[in-house]
Amino acid sequence: MNLKNQKDFFAGLLFMALGVGFAWRASRYSLGQTASMGPGYFPLLLGAVLTLLGGILFFKALVFETEDGGRIGAWAWRALCFIALANGLFGALMGGLPWLGLQPMGLVIASLVLTLLAAKASTDFRWKEGLALALVLTLLGCIACIVLLKLQIPAWPFFATV
Amino acid sequence: MELISNLALGFGVAWLPINLLCALAGCLLGIFFGLLPGLRAVAAMAAMAMLLPAVQALAPLPALTLLVGLYCGIRYGAAGADILVNRAAATPATLGDGYAMARQGRAGLALSSATLALFFGACAGTLVWVALVPVLGKLALQFGPAEFFALLLLGLTGAVVLGSGALLKGLAMAVLGLLLGLVGTDGHSGVVRFAFGVSELSDGIGLVVLAMGLFAYGEVISRLGRVLPVRELLAAPAQSLRPSLQDIKDIKGMGSALLRGTALGALLGLLPGDGVRLAALASQALEKKLPGKAGDIPLGKGNLRGLVAPQAALQAAAQTAFVPLMALGIAPNAVLALVLGAMTLHRVTPGPQLLGSNPQLFWGLIAAMWTVNLMLLLLNLSLARVWMRLLNLPYRWLFPAVLLICTIGAYSTRHSSLDVWLVAAFGVVGYVFDKLGMEPAPLLLGFVLGPLMEEQLRQALSQGDWSSFVTRPVSAGLLLAALVALVLLPALRSRLRKVAGQD
Repeated sequence: MNLKNQKDFFAGLLFMALGVGFAWRASRYSLGQTASMGPGYFPLLLGAVLTLLGGILFFKALVFETEDGGRIGAWAWRALCFIALANGLFGALMGGLPWLGLQPMGLVIASLVLTLLAAKASTDFRWKEGLALALVLTLLGCIACIVLLKLQIPAWPFFATV
Repeated sequence: MELISNLALGFGVAWLPINLLCALAGCLLGIFFGLLPGLRAVAAMAAMAMLLPAVQALAPLPALTLLVGLYCGIRYGAAGADILVNRAAATPATLGDGYAMARQGRAGLALSSATLALFFGACAGTLVWVALVPVLGKLALQFGPAEFFALLLLGLTGAVVLGSGALLKGLAMAVLGLLLGLVGTDGHSGVVRFAFGVSELSDGIGLVVLAMGLFAYGEVISRLGRVLPVRELLAAPAQSLRPSLQDIKDIKGMGSALLRGTALGALLGLLPGDGVRLAALASQALEKKLPGKAGDIPLGKGNLRGLVAPQAALQAAAQTAFVPLMALGIAPNAVLALVLGAMTLHRVTPGPQLLGSNPQLFWGLIAAMWTVNLMLLLLNLSLARVWMRLLNLPYRWLFPAVLLICTIGAYSTRHSSLDVWLVAAFGVVGYVFDKLGMEPAPLLLGFVLGPLMEEQLRQALSQGDWSSFVTRPVSAGLLLAALVALVLLPALRSRLRKVAGQD
């Protein structure tokens, strides 16, 4: 298949999928009449419009020539993976994962893990620099959140709190 | 006389120590984020999203003062970065006159005149909104649901048309935003929609979570994956950052350019949709068309006029963009959608009733505008050397800080790990959007307007009759305007770009 515009092709596909998904889900709520709209009425309408717009985009991408073919280019897998991992661990360390037996570990540990892993997302990561950065940012973050803004967040692991 | 007593009331509350402190904090953060490389396009969004949790903890006026300081400060910081860093890394919103002047050893003149222009535009723009809001507010009281729905539609179309992306994708993003805004409990029937059985989603997706994911996380990921243009920072000796006597004479000759830029900006800022971006472009195009004096430096090569007028236009437009928010309670763009979100957190409803029900807040906010801009003027004029140093911070130190602030921010609103993970999920979505050339700003605006639009549509159609949109003159006019905007404005936008010599 010859794509005239790769970006628009996939964007159109995404819009259509989302539009159909929302419209299908909306159609299972009560629709009501125009005079007294049910919870499904407006989303069904929007889902249909989204599908239509996505469809136009999709066909334009197949038909109309563009200069560079709208190439998407390479994906930043390194950044994606490290940032997703850093965030995932932060959430798990803050809230704990009861089904794994993981207890809440507090802001200090979660922040250190987050900043260190996030820093590794950069291609010119260096261990010494990364560790120093993580320490400084954690310190600043804890001062800002717990001392200055007085947010009700536990700073230390579950076993260290009184 | 009434105005003076109102202003006295405003300054009375705006100059309370806590408000001044918040103003200063907002200004410094704003300048910092404006200067940051890579966060530029979304600086205001990301910074505001990060501050929303803190804003929740403050009283309404200090909270809004903080946001206003940030909102205004971004452009002061951005002006500095535009002048001191080469164009490849700067926003397309500047012609490059500022940088060219800095290269010619007139960085001091460029910095101080840009700052003065921003200050002038802000003061004049605030005056315009003080004058317009009460009048428009009275008009808005006569609006029915049909008119409001048409107005929301016009605003959303405007945001898409005046945005920077492709039209069709922008419209689709706005519709997707409207749909995301409907996630959660339907206020009318109590039915929980699109929550997929996740109990946290029954309150809807959090604005903070969505904004930080799409704008902060998404931007960080896409920036790490991009080959960046080489940033060439001006290595100017410290003295040249101060304006000389000749410079001050030059600035004095800029009065008419300042006025032109301010007037154009104030007018365009009123447009529903993102008129702010358009204002700078239009002002550049106008300056380029005007004949200069003999012996003038051509525009784009270091002409003071080409620097001053767009900056004044930018800040004037940023001020008048508040008019639809304050008078009608409608966010005209994604950044003000976050301001609206912050107001809603404090149960402050902007709109025609605000002036009557909470004059302290209304006039306090106006006084805060002036205070904040005065602070920014002084900060920018005196701390230029510090800004130079900040521009040198490498990105690999900055982005972990951005991620940390966002993540803690997301967690602190509801103490929910799911919110933290949702930020990352939206970050990945934001990255995909970026790769596919889909602009997230209309989505966020749609997200904020979604429930409001459904409610207005529901009321407007309570007779079961779609024709009320076209038979009511105001509603018909607004819908026509949306249609005209959709057809005419994209052509105008590309023409302005061409005249201003970009793309």
